[in-house]
Amino acid sequence: MKKYVVTRMATMFGVLMITLLITISLVGSNMDTILKQGIVFQVRAEITENPAIAESFSSVEEFESFVQAQIDQRTKILGLDEPWYSPQRIGITMYKILLLDFGHATFLTSDEGSSNVKDILFEKLPRTVLLFTTATIIISIIGIFLGALSSSKVGSIIDRITSSFAIISSSFPVWWIGILMIFLFAFTYQIFPARATPDIPSSDPGYMGSLLYHMALPLITIVIIGFGSWAYLVRNFMVGIMQEDFIMAKKTIGISQKKIIYTHALKNAAPPIVTILALSLSGSLGGAIITEAVFDWPGMGRLYFEAITVMDLPVIIGATYLLTVFFLISIFITDLLYGYFDPRVRTGQ
Amino acid sequence: MSGITPQEIKQEFLKSKMGIAGVAILTILVATSIITMIVIPVETFQEWNNPGSWILYPKVAIPIWVNMFMIEKIPEHQILENPNIQTISQEEIFLTSHQFGVNFDYDYFPNDFIYVFSSEYIGSPLLKMSAIRPDGVKLELLSTSLPYSNPKTIHSERIFSTDKAVKKNLSLQSEKFQFSLDRLSSEDIVFSKIQTNEPLKGNYIFSVDLYGVNSENQIHESKLIIGGKAFGIMGTDELRRDLAVGLLWGTPLALFIGIVVSISSVIMGLLYGVYAGFKGKKIDETMMRFNDVIYALPALPFLIILSVTISNSIFLMIGFLMIFGWVGIAKVARSMSLQIKTRGYVDAANMMGQKDSKIIFKHILPQLLPYAFASIAISVPAAITTEAGLSFLGLGDPSFPTWGQILHDANTFGAAARGLWWWIMPPGIMIAITGLAFVFIGNALDAIVNPKLKR
Repeated sequence: MKKYVVTRMATMFGVLMITLLITISLVGSNMDTILKQGIVFQVRAEITENPAIAESFSSVEEFESFVQAQIDQRTKILGLDEPWYSPQRIGITMYKILLLDFGHATFLTSDEGSSNVKDILFEKLPRTVLLFTTATIIISIIGIFLGALSSSKVGSIIDRITSSFAIISSSFPVWWIGILMIFLFAFTYQIFPARATPDIPSSDPGYMGSLLYHMALPLITIVIIGFGSWAYLVRNFMVGIMQEDFIMAKKTIGISQKKIIYTHALKNAAPPIVTILALSLSGSLGGAIITEAVFDWPGMGRLYFEAITVMDLPVIIGATYLLTVFFLISIFITDLLYGYFDPRVRTGQ
Repeated sequence: MSGITPQEIKQEFLKSKMGIAGVAILTILVATSIITMIVIPVETFQEWNNPGSWILYPKVAIPIWVNMFMIEKIPEHQILENPNIQTISQEEIFLTSHQFGVNFDYDYFPNDFIYVFSSEYIGSPLLKMSAIRPDGVKLELLSTSLPYSNPKTIHSERIFSTDKAVKKNLSLQSEKFQFSLDRLSSEDIVFSKIQTNEPLKGNYIFSVDLYGVNSENQIHESKLIIGGKAFGIMGTDELRRDLAVGLLWGTPLALFIGIVVSISSVIMGLLYGVYAGFKGKKIDETMMRFNDVIYALPALPFLIILSVTISNSIFLMIGFLMIFGWVGIAKVARSMSLQIKTRGYVDAANMMGQKDSKIIFKHILPQLLPYAFASIAISVPAAITTEAGLSFLGLGDPSFPTWGQILHDANTFGAAARGLWWWIMPPGIMIAITGLAFVFIGNALDAIVNPKLKR
């Protein structure tokens, strides 16, 4: 078991590094261009602010060479004279990111006005977790009960409705249902606010209440789209287990159907259900990008989308890193659970 | 998994209502795509982002069929292109007259009317525009001379109902109406009842007369547009584009993206997984570690970064989607091939000294085909919705009117807030229907391949 955990951890760390490397290499060249432009802009601005510098030169060439020297000097201080793909620079960048030092955002700021990427990320993250974790928990509770119910009456009306609802709801994109929900319940019938961003400052005591009220519409949408496929999955696991011999044996002893389903069968379906729970918790964070963009929910997903729109590279790198970490942690937990429940996995058979 | 022949699969499949429904929907979609590609010229969809080619169409017009459910009819947008042409010559004066019959049977005033023409003339001919209403009243709309030119010239112009001259002409005839014409727009006057300012139903005749002293005066292109609030089967969007064209062209694009992505990722995954499983030991270990790496990459953020930094071309996008598509299939294919590997005939083939590639292609892969078909069908909707999602975020290929692209535009122009349901509903429904077709087929196949789920 120990060896298994260590291997998994090593793999996960490797994946994290590879993800970082890919992200950096994808945005690296753009990042350099933007930083260099920033330096040029900064130098020119300083000279315009201070006319004495310009006056101290006799010829234009001399002045230009001074400006160029200034730019070169600063580029060197920041280490930008070497290309972004030089091992040294990549190493430093990755080391910094590992320590959660993402630098400063180019355009975006947190609600308090800080441009430190770490501040921005840790301000948005709890909101995403709040929305999507709540949604996933509600979905899984409804799903497990509905799934167990329909597996106990295979072929009944409930079973058919659940199955067809699962299939139909899974082919609609969540974000489109989101637009429809906004259209229906925010504009046609004005029950919920259209923008999910609370309109009062976060220091206000009523902020939490406002946040929850604004959370209602996205939450309902995610739950509506999500619980069907959960119920369907649980149902299928249960149907599989109900055909096992030990359940048959229990039936012949005369234990009631209800007891078999809710105690014995559900217990045996637990490992895959827990696994899926862990996976969908983290998966929802990645999928949050579009949903949050639709509902304008002030979380990680919308931040990511905004960062992409204005090409705010430090934020993009930071957010990708954080998303990957969450994803990996949940995969790791899933793997461990799997190994715990199913010993065959551990030995690699 | 083993021992199912293609015939059995076919038989079982035909028994499943769901499978047949899926195939039926898919057939309709494929037929739509083929008809679209034949009937709607490719140029139309290439002109999708060119505002100039949609200028004659109305802005955010509701679909026509809505009128069937309305007691008060919404005016339809009419583009009249074939006028009655008369030429009369009286001594030196030559008259070319274009007459448009307009059947106006609606309970609201039209948005506007526009006359588009291009005329070939010498000198400075006089252009007169008038309307004869169903109640027999004749309204002079415009009387203007075209710019003088001595060599023969071609002059193109658009006369709008908002033109001040039209408004002035109408106010000169205010004695014909029993209410004040102040502050009313031209179309509200021309299409109004005499007694009250309400729309007058019936047949209108708009005539455009070109008087000149030269017989060679001609009007080449002559179009009268009665600007309405309803147009086409699917309506139009903010940029006056006919949504029917976008929706129809979206069908082959979505099918193309979905099918290409799913088939290629399933093939990739299958080969990868089977090879890893068949080879076993070190190779299996390494290949599965690599698989784990790709599996652990967060797909959507990466797709976004890729489309922003590399390119948002639709073909590259298909490639990017493939990168994330094959992983799960490879895992299953590996475990399946591990099972098949232990069977006697594979051992036998191995002992007979057959090449690995031959064993894989002849003995292992055919066993996995039913599973492969099921996974192709199941992974199509994911590819379509992911592409639609990326396009919705504005990261798609703007040169192709995909459904996601239409929804992106709808969102940009605040369609939900403005209640433009015909702009939001159809693209999403199309995405869902297409997804549904493949989910139906996939589930039906899955039930055959994994009989445990059926019961």
